[in-house]
Amino acid sequence: MDLFDKFKPIAEAYAGLRASGADPFKVAFDRIVSPTVGMIGNSEVVLAGTNNYLGLTFDPNVIAAAQKGAAEFGAGTTGSRIANGTYGPHKLLEEELAAHFGLDQAIVFTTGYQANLAVVAGLAGPQDVVFIDADCHASIYDACKLSGAQIVRFAHNDPASLDRRLSRLDRDASNKMVITEGLYSMFGDVAPLAEFIEVKNRHNAYLVVDEAHSFGVFGPNGLGLAEAEGVLADCDILVGTFSKSLAGIGGFAASSLPQFDLLRVAARAYMFTASSSAASIEATRAALREIKAQPELRDKIWANAKRLHAGLAGAGFKLCASPSPVIGVDMGDPGKAAAFWNALLAEGVYVNLAIPPGTPNSTSLLRCSVSAAHTPDQIDFIVDCFTAVATRFAASDAAE
Amino acid sequence: MVGTAAHDELMGELAGMLALLNKGGVVITRATDFNADLNVDSVAVMDFVLEVEDTYDITIPINLLSEVTTVGDFADVVARARANN
Ligand SMILES: Cc1ncc(COP(=O)(O)O)c(C=O)c1O
Repeated sequence: MDLFDKFKPIAEAYAGLRASGADPFKVAFDRIVSPTVGMIGNSEVVLAGTNNYLGLTFDPNVIAAAQKGAAEFGAGTTGSRIANGTYGPHKLLEEELAAHFGLDQAIVFTTGYQANLAVVAGLAGPQDVVFIDADCHASIYDACKLSGAQIVRFAHNDPASLDRRLSRLDRDASNKMVITEGLYSMFGDVAPLAEFIEVKNRHNAYLVVDEAHSFGVFGPNGLGLAEAEGVLADCDILVGTFSKSLAGIGGFAASSLPQFDLLRVAARAYMFTASSSAASIEATRAALREIKAQPELRDKIWANAKRLHAGLAGAGFKLCASPSPVIGVDMGDPGKAAAFWNALLAEGVYVNLAIPPGTPNSTSLLRCSVSAAHTPDQIDFIVDCFTAVATRFAASDAAE
Repeated sequence: MVGTAAHDELMGELAGMLALLNKGGVVITRATDFNADLNVDSVAVMDFVLEVEDTYDITIPINLLSEVTTVGDFADVVARARANN
């Protein structure tokens, strides 16, 4: 008996993956040249698998803000915000986020993962019921588990499935919390938020929307899918991360629920961990200013998303959803996905390999993410590499 | 519960609903293990739960699945949920 015995199936699958080429889970970029180009050793790769949606990580104002944060507050951080105090930039970012959303309050967390832990496990307890979309992110599943609440899962993006589940518990006196995302990170599909809201209102439930991948990308002001759908005011709590469009590391939750601030003394994921560094928080504050100042970034990312989607669809690839900055390419099986991933990296394109267990419907896919900073030529290069690899694979399949 | 006509009927119905997942055509008994015998991962089990909930109009919180490894374990969870309905 060994502690690691239980991982045998994972270990075997992982060994198989490594045998087929580079280790997809240990890709190391030795240098990052720009928001869309990295170096692995001496090889240049186009980055189509980061979540740097707006490409703000190298924005001069963002870099200057990060440097100012480090210079004024030092590297590192205070520690826990309740035990060791909060730095000014964290408070300012909370005020700016709340104002940006037009909501009463925002709370900043150390990562997006912890934002979900804090909101879900902080607010829901053993007397409550949490209803989660089947395709919710691992952080939401973990948060549910930690909450001790009853967890009821509904079919992905299916308001009728949620409606039936809420109906079954209508007579139950428990509080009910519904969790969905905005843009889903694997397939790039979006939640039918207006329909979910109609359902949750009818059953008197709270709605939490994780806009991790949609903040900065959707909506007239880049606030996310809820803004784009005109339903922001009907969402009880919005969650997001700084690690994607906001060029930092951290997470937030925003809400106008009157007692929302109590989370700061109730949520263990807020209380028992160090806050993000001032450098990261200042970078995010600057990114938020850039999102407001440069609405054209959203035009660029959508133009790039449509170009990549059209290019891949035109080349005959099976895509998981309609155009969005996340484009999932269905590869059929894990072996083919891994081999294709390796071949793409050798061609100079980095995408994400996503294979079961844990992918929606056990799909094996290559996940591409588009940035506003990609040039049209880079998008075409990505399509050309996909096409070249597919042609090579088809030829070797035919030869067998 | 085990050995009653109601239980046999439930097992038969679950086996029917499992047909799509049961690619190897394994004979489904109480001892059939979702992972080892049906090669079904935890996400697929949760998807199966969705179908069972809607078939019987019951709630099966996924918290209960931590105790489920076999079809028999699952049948017990379903039977309890139906009894509570
Ligand atoms: C939907 C969703 N929520 C939360 C997170 C976690 O955010 P972070 O990486 O900032 O911890 C992610 C991705 O990482 C995500 O995709």
